[in-house]
Amino acid sequence: MDVRIINPFLEAAQNVINTMAMIETKVGKPYIKKDSSSLGDVSGIIGITGDASGSFSITFTESCIKAIVSNMLGMKVTELNDDVKDAVGELTNMICGDARRRLEEQGIKLVGAIPTIIAGKGHSITHMAKGPILAVPFETPNGPFVIELALDSGNN
Amino acid sequence: MAIDYNMKILIVDDFATMRRIVKNILTQLGFKNFLEADDGSVAWEILQKEPVDFIVSDWNMPKMTGIELLKKVRADDKLKDIPFLMVTAEAQKDNIIEAVKAKVSNYIVKPFTPEVLSEKIKKIFGE
Ligand SMILES: [Mg+2]
Repeated sequence: MDVRIINPFLEAAQNVINTMAMIETKVGKPYIKKDSSSLGDVSGIIGITGDASGSFSITFTESCIKAIVSNMLGMKVTELNDDVKDAVGELTNMICGDARRRLEEQGIKLVGAIPTIIAGKGHSITHMAKGPILAVPFETPNGPFVIELALDSGNN
Repeated sequence: MAIDYNMKILIVDDFATMRRIVKNILTQLGFKNFLEADDGSVAWEILQKEPVDFIVSDWNMPKMTGIELLKKVRADDKLKDIPFLMVTAEAQKDNIIEAVKAKVSNYIVKPFTPEVLSEKIKKIFGE
């Protein structure tokens, strides 16, 4: 995986959550993830093509996403319902779009598909690349979320 | 020119969350008449039946995209003058050029703050 691709996704995740939900996030230590089990309760995943191809996902713990969506919608969200899943889809979309804009400035062009949302304790995430999965945990005042990137060099 | 806060605004996005965020902000700004569509194709059907004064649309949607909707609106004699604000995560240079060529009224990149939406609306309606 091209390392130049990673940082824009981290910056995009922080920017989107800070702008839309006014929540500050802290980046943790990246690591290589060996299996498809998710590290939270709800995930958004989006296919990527272009100069690299594969997928990007973001997984939230329930407490974390409830706080984010409550702030985004200006109303208290108490359960992991369809509103929350919808919001996860749109957050996935926005983070991917924001990252792609940052990458274009470095001459790397990616195209994002339409995100899919997966929910439930212990759900799995199937990435669309052959190479390793890079996971990056983030902390928020209301619990963690993790982003994952699995991108093979492009053949577009 | 004063903004007409009674104007009918069509909000188009495949994600209900974004429609709600846009509606929340517009309500706070004083607007009260909204129509919603979860795809460009649904928006197009509404435009055939109802008078709309302002369109706020996403770009990326499954059936008919926002740019397709914009082009159809601008090519229609009855609809071509409706102000059209694109609110989108598609912010690569080519997208912006394409939207400007298709005569978009203004363009907002997601994520955005309420202040940005408010400013763009003031610009479109010349306040
Ligand atoms: Mg969309």
